[in-house]
Amino acid sequence: MPNFYDEMYSTTATVRPHYTAFAEWLAQQAPQVIEQKRAEAELNFQRVGITFAVYGDNAGKERLIPFDIIPRVINAAEWNRLQAGLVQRVTALNRFLHDVYHDQAILKAGVIPREQVLNNAQYRPAMQGVKLPSDIYAHIAGVDIVRAGEGEFYVLEDNLRVPSGVSYMLENRKMMMRLFPDLFAKNRVAPVDHYPDLLLDNLRSVAPPSVDNPTVVVLTPGMYNSAYFEHAFLAQQMGVALVQGQDLYVRDNTVWMRSTRGPQRVDVIYRRIDDDYLDPRAFRPESTLGVPGLLDAVRAGRVGLANAIGTGVADDKSIYPFVPDMIEFYLGEKPILNNVPTYQCRKKDQLQYTLDNLSELVVKEVHGAGGYGMLIGPASTRAEIEAFRERLLAKPEGYIAQPTLALSACPTFVEAGIAPRHIDLRPFVLSGKSVTMVPGGLTRVALKEGSLVVNSSQGGGTKDTWILEN
Amino acid sequence: MLSRTADHLYWMARYTERAENTARMLDVRVQYSLMPQSELAEQQGWRTMLGVSELQSQFDAKYGTLSQKEVLDFMVRDPDNPSSIANCLRAARENARAVRGSLTTEVWETNNTTWLTLQQHLKSRMFETHPGKFLEWVKYRSHMSRGVTLGTMFQDEAFNFIRLGTFLERADNTARILDVKFRFLDADAIRADAQLEFYYLAALLRSVSAFETYRKVYRDAITVNRVAELLILQPKMPRSLIACMCAVVANLQEVRNDLSQETERLAEKLYGELQSAQIGNILQEGLHPYLTRFLASIAELGNGIGRDFLLPVAPELPEEAPEEAPAQGQTQTQTQTQTQTQTQAG
Repeated sequence: MPNFYDEMYSTTATVRPHYTAFAEWLAQQAPQVIEQKRAEAELNFQRVGITFAVYGDNAGKERLIPFDIIPRVINAAEWNRLQAGLVQRVTALNRFLHDVYHDQAILKAGVIPREQVLNNAQYRPAMQGVKLPSDIYAHIAGVDIVRAGEGEFYVLEDNLRVPSGVSYMLENRKMMMRLFPDLFAKNRVAPVDHYPDLLLDNLRSVAPPSVDNPTVVVLTPGMYNSAYFEHAFLAQQMGVALVQGQDLYVRDNTVWMRSTRGPQRVDVIYRRIDDDYLDPRAFRPESTLGVPGLLDAVRAGRVGLANAIGTGVADDKSIYPFVPDMIEFYLGEKPILNNVPTYQCRKKDQLQYTLDNLSELVVKEVHGAGGYGMLIGPASTRAEIEAFRERLLAKPEGYIAQPTLALSACPTFVEAGIAPRHIDLRPFVLSGKSVTMVPGGLTRVALKEGSLVVNSSQGGGTKDTWILEN
Repeated sequence: MLSRTADHLYWMARYTERAENTARMLDVRVQYSLMPQSELAEQQGWRTMLGVSELQSQFDAKYGTLSQKEVLDFMVRDPDNPSSIANCLRAARENARAVRGSLTTEVWETNNTTWLTLQQHLKSRMFETHPGKFLEWVKYRSHMSRGVTLGTMFQDEAFNFIRLGTFLERADNTARILDVKFRFLDADAIRADAQLEFYYLAALLRSVSAFETYRKVYRDAITVNRVAELLILQPKMPRSLIACMCAVVANLQEVRNDLSQETERLAEKLYGELQSAQIGNILQEGLHPYLTRFLASIAELGNGIGRDFLLPVAPELPEEAPEEAPAQGQTQTQTQTQTQTQTQAG
C-alpha cells in the first residue's frame, strides 16, 4: 500500500464499506459512457458559466475548475465527529475575536503573547469595543481540513475572512445529480442545497436590532474578481441584491443603495471584499471597491457586516498554533480536531529547526493564501530550497513551518485512467444565534500526480462531497 | 432595483438588438450581391451599409478596398469597430454576466451560449465561408434571447428595462435603415429604373422582415410611400417606429420615478406625433430631415433614461448640469465608468 490514507480502499483489493455501493456502480459503467458524461459535465459548466478568473492571466480570463466525477464520500460517524470538532473550533474562534476586541482576557492570562495579536496587521483597533449582534465576528467560516496518517482529521487553516467555494459545493452536487441520478437512488447522500436558506437566516440575524425586515445585500468587488460567479450565485439563490461599492453610499452613518426608485436603506452586507478594500476612508485610500464611511456605520451599529471587520487576527497563520489553547481557555474542552504541529520561525530555536529540515517541511507565509509563496520541501529541488532559505532568513517572522502531511487520496479520473490524487475538504460553518452547517463541503483535488497543492489557482480540481446518512 | 443592475439589463438588450439589426442589413446585402450587377453598384450597396452606422470614415482608414470580404470582416469580427457583431454580442454577454443573478437561468445561459458559440464561428471564419448561414444564426440567437426573456422572466422592473433597451435600440436602428436606404434611393439612376427601385425597396423590406407583411397589408405594387408608411406609421408592424415608441412609452410608465417626468413626456410626445402623422406630410417635409429629427429625439430619450434611472447622482453631490446630447448620428454606447476593473489580491 502507498504511504497515504486512501479514501476508497482499505487495502489494494478491499473497498471501504461506505464506498461499496459506489464502487459496484462504477464497475458496471462502460468507459465510453463515463467519457461522455465527463464531456457533458464540462459543457454544462461552460454554458452555466461556472468559471473563475486567474489573476495575471489575460489569455484565459475565465477558466473552468476541473470537475472530477468520482465523489469524495464520508460516512456518518466520521462526519459527526468532524462536525462536532468544527462547531467547537469556530465557537472558540468567535469567542476569541470578541475577547480580543473587548476585555482581552486571553492576553491578560498570558495564553497568547500580547504583541502576537496587537501588532498583527490584521488586528483592527477601530473595532475595539464595538458591540456586534450575538457577539459574532466570523459568521461564515470555511475551515480547511485534511486527513493524514491513518485517516485522522487535521485543521490546516481557519478561513474567517471571505472564504469562497461554497457555490462549487452546491453546483457540483447539482451536476452529479444531473449526470448520474441512479447513483443517488443507491446511496443515501445528505442534501446540501438548503445552504442559501441557512445563510440568509444567518445574515438576517446580523441586522441592527431595531430593524424588523432587514434588507440584505451581497457586496462584490465586481465581475473581474475570481469568485464573481459565487457572489452572483449566492445573491440570486438568496433573492437579494448583488451590489458593488459604487452602488452604496453612507449618509448619517446609514448605508443606502442607489436604486431606480431612489435611495433604499441597507441593513446587512454580506461582503466579499477584504477589510483593506472595504472603506477607503478607514483603510486603503486608493480602493475604489469599497464604500467610504462604512466603518463608521458599522461602529454606530447602523449596519450589520458579515463577516465583521478584523476577523483576520484569528485566522492568521501566526495565531493558528494557539487555537487549541483558545478552545481550552474559552470552552474548557479538549480540542476534537487536531492542529498540524507548527514551527514559528519568529522563534529562534524553531527557525533553526526549520532551516535544518527544509527538505522535509512545508513552509508557508504567515499572510499567504491561494497556495502561493510556499515551499513544499520534499517536492522541491535543491536550488528551490536554497532560494527559499534566503527568503526565510531575510524575514523569519513572516513564515511558519509544518511537517509535510501525507494527505489522503481519492480515486480520480486522470489521463491514464483512474488513479489516487490528494484531496482536502472545506466545510462551511455558519455562526449566528447558533452554529449551523450543511452536511458536506468543497473537496478540492490536486490533479497532478503526487502534488499536495489543491488550490484552483494552481491547477486543482473539485469533487462532489457526500456525507452518507445512516 | 439597483440602478447599476438596470443599466446592465438595458444595455444587454440594446446590444443584442443592435447585433441583430446589423446582421439583418448585412444579410440582405449578401443576398443581393449574388444578383447580376455592376461593380460600382455593388460597392455603392456596401457603402450604404456602412452609412447606417456612420462608419465609413473608420472603415476607409483601415481597409484599402471596399468589397463584401472587407465589409463583413469590419462589421462582423473587427475588434476595433465598436458596432461589429462580435463587439455587440460580447457587450451583451458581459452585461448579462454582471447581473446574471437578476436574470432567469435560461436568459443568462442563452446569452452565454451565444457568446461561446460565436467564438467558434469566428475561429472557423464561418462568416466568410457561409455568410448567409452565419448572419441567420445571429438573427436567431437574438430571437432566442428575446423569446426566452418573454417566456421566463418575471415581469417586474428588470423586465421593463430590458424591453426599454430593445425598443429604443430598434427605433433607432429602423430609423437609420430607412434614412440611409432612402437617401440612396433618391439617386437619379435608381429613380429612373423601375426595376432597380423595386429591388432596393424589396431589400429594405426584407431587412426588417416586412416583405410578406407589405404584400398582406397593401396587396399592391411596392412604392416608396407605402414602404415608408409601413415602417414608420404602421402600429402592427413590430419594427416600425410607432410600434417601438408605443412599447417605450408603456415600459417607461412601469418604471416611473420622481425624476422621470420629463423623459416620459418626451417619449409620449414622440409617440403622439407618430399617431397623428400622415405619410404624405412626412415625405413633403422630406424623409431625411424627418428621420434626423427623430434620431435626435431618440438620443435625447436615451440620455434621459440614463440620467433618471441608470446613473443617479449621489445625493451629497451638487446637482450636475445635464449632460450634452451626443452629436446626432453617432450611435449611443454604454458609459464605461460603470465597469470596474480593479481587482483585489487574495
